[in-house]
Amino acid sequence: MAATHQAVLDQWESVSLWQKLTIRDVLWGLLVVAGSGYAYALYQGYMDSYEVAIQIGATLALIAWGLYWKPVRLFSLTVAGLTVVALWRYGTDFDLRKSDFLLKYFLESQAAFMWMSSLYVLATFAYFAALLGRSEFTGKTATALTWIAATMGLTGLLVRWRESYLLGADIGHIPVSNLYEVFILFALITALLYLFYEDRHHTRAMGGFALLVISGAVAFLLWYTFGRDAYHIQPLIPALQSYWMKIHVPANFIGYGAFALAAMLGVAFLLRTGAEAHDPNGLLARVLPPLELLDDVMYKAIALGFAAFTIATILGALWAAEAWGGYWSWDPKETWALIVWLNYAAWLHLRLTKGWRGAPMAWWAVIGLFVTLFAFLGVNMFLSGLHSYGSL
Amino acid sequence: MPLPTPFSPGREPIPVSWVEQASSTILNLFVNETTARESSSRRTLGWVLLEFLGSMNLAITLLVVVAIASVIGTVLQQNQPYSNYVLKFGPFWFEVFRWLGLYDVYGSGWFIGILGFLILSTGVCLYRQVPSMLREMVRFRTQVQVHSLRGFHRCAEWWLPNQALEDVSAAVTDTFRARGYRWRSRDNEGHRVVAAMKGRYNRLGYLFTHAAVVVIGIGGLLDGNLWLKIKEWRGQITIEKRDLSARDVPPISRLQPGAVPAFRGNVMLPEGATANFVFLRLRDGFLVQELPFAIELQDFQVAYYDTGQPKSFISQVRIHDQEHLGNQPLNATIQVNHPLIYRGYAIYQSDFGDGGSKLEFRAWPLSSPRLESATMKSAVGDGLKLEGSNGPLRLEFDNFRLFNLLPEPDVKPDDRKFRNFGPSISFKLRNAVGEAREYFNYMAPAQIEGRWFYISGVRARADEPFSYLHIPVANNSPERFLRFNAWLHDAARVRALLERVAPTTENADFQRDLNVVRANLLALFLEGGFAAVSERAKAVVPADRLREATTLYFTILRDTLAEIFVEVLREEGVNVEQGIGKSDDAFFNDALSALVALPSYGSPFYLQLTGFQQVEASGLQVTYSGGTVVVYTGFALLVMGIFIMFYTSHRRIWAWLAVEDDATRLVLAGTGNRRQADFAQEFSLLQTALARRLGSAPQVD
Ligand code: HEM
Repeated sequence: MAATHQAVLDQWESVSLWQKLTIRDVLWGLLVVAGSGYAYALYQGYMDSYEVAIQIGATLALIAWGLYWKPVRLFSLTVAGLTVVALWRYGTDFDLRKSDFLLKYFLESQAAFMWMSSLYVLATFAYFAALLGRSEFTGKTATALTWIAATMGLTGLLVRWRESYLLGADIGHIPVSNLYEVFILFALITALLYLFYEDRHHTRAMGGFALLVISGAVAFLLWYTFGRDAYHIQPLIPALQSYWMKIHVPANFIGYGAFALAAMLGVAFLLRTGAEAHDPNGLLARVLPPLELLDDVMYKAIALGFAAFTIATILGALWAAEAWGGYWSWDPKETWALIVWLNYAAWLHLRLTKGWRGAPMAWWAVIGLFVTLFAFLGVNMFLSGLHSYGSL
Repeated sequence: MPLPTPFSPGREPIPVSWVEQASSTILNLFVNETTARESSSRRTLGWVLLEFLGSMNLAITLLVVVAIASVIGTVLQQNQPYSNYVLKFGPFWFEVFRWLGLYDVYGSGWFIGILGFLILSTGVCLYRQVPSMLREMVRFRTQVQVHSLRGFHRCAEWWLPNQALEDVSAAVTDTFRARGYRWRSRDNEGHRVVAAMKGRYNRLGYLFTHAAVVVIGIGGLLDGNLWLKIKEWRGQITIEKRDLSARDVPPISRLQPGAVPAFRGNVMLPEGATANFVFLRLRDGFLVQELPFAIELQDFQVAYYDTGQPKSFISQVRIHDQEHLGNQPLNATIQVNHPLIYRGYAIYQSDFGDGGSKLEFRAWPLSSPRLESATMKSAVGDGLKLEGSNGPLRLEFDNFRLFNLLPEPDVKPDDRKFRNFGPSISFKLRNAVGEAREYFNYMAPAQIEGRWFYISGVRARADEPFSYLHIPVANNSPERFLRFNAWLHDAARVRALLERVAPTTENADFQRDLNVVRANLLALFLEGGFAAVSERAKAVVPADRLREATTLYFTILRDTLAEIFVEVLREEGVNVEQGIGKSDDAFFNDALSALVALPSYGSPFYLQLTGFQQVEASGLQVTYSGGTVVVYTGFALLVMGIFIMFYTSHRRIWAWLAVEDDATRLVLAGTGNRRQADFAQEFSLLQTALARRLGSAPQVD
């Protein structure tokens, strides 16, 4: 009797991953596999074996992500749905983007990006309104807006991917090949990272600050679109014609996104400390996110960014070894990646081993964003080198 | 003792636990008073050195210093020809910066120095940390004091009447087992400690990460140009600064295969040529690195998108290697992103250019009365000597291009239309003094606004844009224009013509003067176009009559030119009895604009490209990097290490049990070295699980 009682208890206490899996989880997995398989059936002609491997990896990653964080499911299914509709409207005629109603006003990449841009900006205001007005409803709206914006962003990217092939089979490529495209990627990743922390920490207080940096990116994007008409799909220069681009660039932008997020939390942190010093029970001191939370998420973001950036830089090195004749050429972009990396390594050490906390680290995170920003923009704008594509 | 915490947000710093113990000992090893205490016994120089090298402060400082130092090489373009730097900074600063090694920062002694320092420091850090980390992994720490457990962030306490210590203890260990902990229990007098832990491999994260830094560093040094520096410093090699062809380079500047474990060299191979060496650029000179095999370039091709951007660079090569291939050479294709790896040597597509294309020309004189065109042959890279009116001239053929994809001239840039203007040749014309003008001639005529022209660009300085001469085309040849031009330079024929044409007045003297005026105007025009004419007018005519005089001059000049042009047409056999046609009229106007441009064209002849045989050259980069394996191992370690370190955590739970009267007191406390939030959750799970087993919730928690 007792023995069985024990057994039951042990059972109850140590449930393995497999036992946790629900029907919905399994369904999710199958759905992703099916979708990925369908895409493969359609486009295998364009892929070499490395790219097939990448697709398999991406499929597994998406499944895992959806198991780890549920909202991903609805998000990816919506994006997939919209994309399928867009591709179906397109067929094989790129010019339909000008005539077909659905494409012209919603799903054609340009249109999608415009929706994305305006929604991000709206979300920014909504988050701040929710913060200052203490309004639950406004907060929910802000979250929804951000999700929809991200959905349009990713849909736009996927559609643009297809559009590049409609433009010419030899032109087609994944849309992460120039500044214009990666800015959208940046907004997307930063938004998703933020939404993740929002969900895990059950607070929307950080939203305004996260969305602020995204709105910044959007502002640049709009200037870049209308000021420099940079939105045209350009064929790839030979150096970029490689499967490495598919993994190197996204990995990099997880890093950039996480660092940007951390910096904005740093800003919030400094505001709050300032507000508390100025008037401990003033509005700001009350509504701004608590310091402990900011400090915690800032650390998590930088840790995640550091990990992603390490991988990205390593992938970059492997690619360079294939394209430029060596895994490291001290090319400005590489070098600035190293600078960013070392900078955050120092940050992590200060925090973990010297136990630094608070304002100094927040300041450092903010400065870190400028270093990162230079690595990501400045290098292309001001310095010349092997990475000289994607210059302004 | 607690961590040195300058400022702590909201949360009071986690009370003293072994994490702080661990990391604060790490810190105190180096900088503060404890150092003195524990060291006074054994303060040897070597020990002090270790102290310093392993110190966290040094580590962080170095991380920042390396970051800052790296900036230099990104703002100042590296490894340019030294002449560029002299131009940029002037002789004084050029020297200073050269001395500081700023033209190759990442190869400079001081930079490699600090890098080495960082690596050394990491190494020392490892050396000092690893023992304690390994101890952390195996030690269960059964000697804890109950009061320190009570001080923990995560702590719960039970007072369990009439439950035997053994039963409680069993419940505890069962819970630990169920949640995957390993434990040791230890009976001290009056109480028992069950110390458990989980995820100890987190400690390996630290080890991997930092070992990786060292490994990558070492691999990087292997692949750097350190070896060349050493050889140079030991006087075994000197870099070659003259521009010699590879075979003339003396042995002291040559490296045998395997002389250095790593190099990165380049060679420009014309189609059909073979090379068994590459050039290593070094500061303001180069070395020749010999290869244990020969590379023959069979064919090189550039493909373009229809937007004009290059789409691919492809080299068909053949590797000759008696020793390994015998007489069967190895055929291979090399393109960007697809290098050829042969015997550990990697061969990359890195550049392209002209390999000495054969050229045929027809040179038309521009300032002589006779139109005798001369044909000549040369090749890109070669030159020709010519006799000019004032001193010898030298022609230098710089480059040949098969395609010139340029934006359509007549459309706005936004709709991205491109046109192929066909083959072109660029050359320099150098006079006796050595001054050169640069020319850019298209082979085929181009259509602009419906009319066809031979286009030739000219500029006096390399940093200027070209200004273009448009020679109008008649029956697919520049000849009509050139004949017209020659006519104008033939003073005698001009005079004859002027006499022949019907007199415009009865007055013979006036007629003669008029003809003189016409001849002079013509001469002026040939020297300086219409500008020269109006200049002259300014000089000779009083201001009040200037405007009408100028118009008069122009009309006379234009008539004269027209008459001569008609003559040219007549000679060609064109029927001009009832005036000239529309197209010829357009031609005449274009011819005038061309004539106006001629004085500033600055060449005594027009060089028409009549034939070519293209020879392309492919720029190949050959690298050998023995350190790659090491570095890639480091990469693997780094990624594993970082993820282990960030996303696992080493957790410890203690259960302290003692018998009090006929009850058992249980103190449960724990901590993790990372991810506190997760640990909090873990602890409460464990606590409830235990509570369920004990059938009683904790009294204190
Ligand atoms: C390029 C050089 C280095 C890199 C990239 C690096 C990277 C890292 C990373 C990513 C962490 C984890 C931080 C965290 O979990 O928040 C870490 C921890 C640590 N590093 Fe470094 N590190 C470097 C050099 C050093 C040096 C020179 C020392 C020696 C003074 C050092 C000592 C430590 C220590 C003691 C920890 C804490 C380990 C633990 O408590 O688990 N690191 N390092």
